[in-house]
Amino acid sequence: MNFSFTEEQNKFRQEVRRFLEEEIKKEYWEPACDAWVQGFDPGFTKRVANKGWIGLTWPKEYGGQGRSHIDRLILTEEMLRYGAPAACHWFGDRQVGGAILSFGSEELRNEFLPRIARGEAYFGLGMSEPGTGSDLASLQTRAVEDGDYYVINGQKTWTSCASFAEYFDVYVRTDAKAPRHRGISEFIVDARSAGVTRIPMIDVTGTEAWNDVFFDNVRVHKKYLVGEKNCGFYQVLHQLDYERSGMERLMGNYPLFDAIIQFARDNRLSQEPVVRNKLAQLQIEFEVGRLLIYRVALVMEEGQAPNWESAMSKAYCTEFEKHLAGVAMEILGPYGQLRAGSKFAPLRGMASHSYLGSKGYSLQAGTTEILKNILAVRRLGLPSS
Amino acid sequence: MKLTLSEEQEMLGKTARDFLADKCSKKLVKQMEESDTGYSRELWEEMAELGWMGLAFPGKYGGGDMSFLNLAVLLEEMGRACLPGPFFSTVVLGGLSILDIGSEEQRQAYLPELIRGEKFFTLALAEPGHRNYGASSVTVAATRDDGDYVISGTKLFVPDAHVTDYLLCVASTKPRSGITIFLADATNPAIKYTVLQTLANDKLCEVVFDRVRVPEANVLGRLDQGWNAVQKIVQRAALGKCCEMVGNLQRVLEMTVDYAKERKQFGRPIGSFQAIQHYCADMVTDVDSARFSTYRAAWMLSEGLPCTKEVAIAKAWMSEASRRVFALAHQIHGAIGVTIEHDLHYYTRRAKAADLAFGDADFYREVVAREMGL
Repeated sequence: MNFSFTEEQNKFRQEVRRFLEEEIKKEYWEPACDAWVQGFDPGFTKRVANKGWIGLTWPKEYGGQGRSHIDRLILTEEMLRYGAPAACHWFGDRQVGGAILSFGSEELRNEFLPRIARGEAYFGLGMSEPGTGSDLASLQTRAVEDGDYYVINGQKTWTSCASFAEYFDVYVRTDAKAPRHRGISEFIVDARSAGVTRIPMIDVTGTEAWNDVFFDNVRVHKKYLVGEKNCGFYQVLHQLDYERSGMERLMGNYPLFDAIIQFARDNRLSQEPVVRNKLAQLQIEFEVGRLLIYRVALVMEEGQAPNWESAMSKAYCTEFEKHLAGVAMEILGPYGQLRAGSKFAPLRGMASHSYLGSKGYSLQAGTTEILKNILAVRRLGLPSS
Repeated sequence: MKLTLSEEQEMLGKTARDFLADKCSKKLVKQMEESDTGYSRELWEEMAELGWMGLAFPGKYGGGDMSFLNLAVLLEEMGRACLPGPFFSTVVLGGLSILDIGSEEQRQAYLPELIRGEKFFTLALAEPGHRNYGASSVTVAATRDDGDYVISGTKLFVPDAHVTDYLLCVASTKPRSGITIFLADATNPAIKYTVLQTLANDKLCEVVFDRVRVPEANVLGRLDQGWNAVQKIVQRAALGKCCEMVGNLQRVLEMTVDYAKERKQFGRPIGSFQAIQHYCADMVTDVDSARFSTYRAAWMLSEGLPCTKEVAIAKAWMSEASRRVFALAHQIHGAIGVTIEHDLHYYTRRAKAADLAFGDADFYREVVAREMGL
């Protein structure tokens, strides 16, 4: 047992911090909540790529660094601590690259991984559909073979980062007659293909958080099939475990956490027992969540795919995020409702943003209910409901 | 970074688990709860033969030269088994404190017999009228008299005091928080014991010192400046309780999930219903996180790293987590779980006792607040 970091890991953390502090000092960007998924900054992504920090865990032959999952966790933890605008590369780095690495052909690996790592290929996801949320196997978007191509028709929704995405990782039905779990395939689709239309969706904070993405006779060459035909459902479960595994589920609003503690100190509110108690409780919950996430990284480090471990950490951590926003609102009192830019808005309006934004955290990448089903069945061996 | 135990530690845990499964049945636990002494002499002697009392002490006193982390593993198994008796008070409260703050002479005098299982020790700290621990709440006074100290006053919630051989007594030796720890011979007739009737029947006692004479040589650690040592003792004790609770909660989770798989209603196991499944998912999340936060603190203590915040997080979290786990364990077990025919109540009662021991969640949240610089 060892709960500490090695000297190299501590040095790496310091290096990442210095880089990010320098970025802030140069006023390239301002720390923001949700910046990992809503902060689009191609320049930042390029500078991160130049450090070799995208695809950190991938083999060197594909443009990665062959580093450990703990290193990647340290990197992402610091990005989130500083609220850095990492949305351009986050999905490619976190999960699509890994999916291509695990299931994709050598040709696909060579085409995409080095470009993701150079910060030159941005990805969005095409999983959910209007009638398909938690029950992913019910998806209806379909692809039909036509010579060397597949022709895709249908609609995806809740696609984050879609306006900036250059590629979508799309799951479609390729065998309508097979049992529904066994007729799904994964494709990489160029977002600029003819027939792809993106319609922005505005979330409750007023941000363009997602897009509806329509596919109207979109032709995709067969070589962009990821993994085996009709094995996509297995692949998406694998990918979702990665999607849930990270520190962004705990630290998406870390700039608010930092700011509310500082606010309480500056305003002597931190001397009030009720406020002390609430902030200490948040700190406790935060550190517990951090341990659950490091556990996931250690599972990956042993060469295993995360499984129920990431279901546990994600379900837990999104509750922390909601609790954080709630406590921040309580501490700010009526000022908490002020939006960014309003007269008197404290903490750059982060509290009101997070309060509303955090409602969605326990829905994306697997609802908390689905994650608890996974824990019950996969971890505890309870019978399927 | 590695969040799992070593092979050797796993083996230690398994050996202890098997031994206690065999020797410490719930029937025995019940008998001990109902008995006057609260422990089984026979079981105690077997534990001593296994070297458990000495596990975390240096070899030169007859100990096993292992770390606190190994002791944590053992405590976890004791929590799983609901082991009754004075192990915790003798080893965690008494022995490790003497090792920490005693002079070499005192260590030589007391530790070997403690390690051989021949003597019991405990800590007399809390006093009537106080919820938590603070130097200013110590009113039991030790006054200087003819080269000795004379201790008078009342201590409360002293575990196993009625059977102990030695009491580590925290006393005021100077106005305004001058605190000293004394090692008192518990067989002194001027010390009176009353076993309190507690939720866990765990033999917490009232101890009345009526002009108890203690020689100066029995001062443990620094005269008048013992409060730092007391805080360290309380911190280790709180963490020790967390270790026991990890075993307690783990067992309760297993019992509950097993029950949910076996118990059928509407023609199917209740564990196939999502309402029950989600309760179980909440339980396992609390149990795993309690384990990680506890073992993180235990590892740090073992390594000699400062861990005030980590212990506070572990104990505060344990307190909240165990309340949630037990609420759900009882809900899933249904009515059988609130009878004395089912084993669950042994765990429920001990969990509450542990929650209240050595600082509750409010106490430790305040510690965390201070550590955060609030």
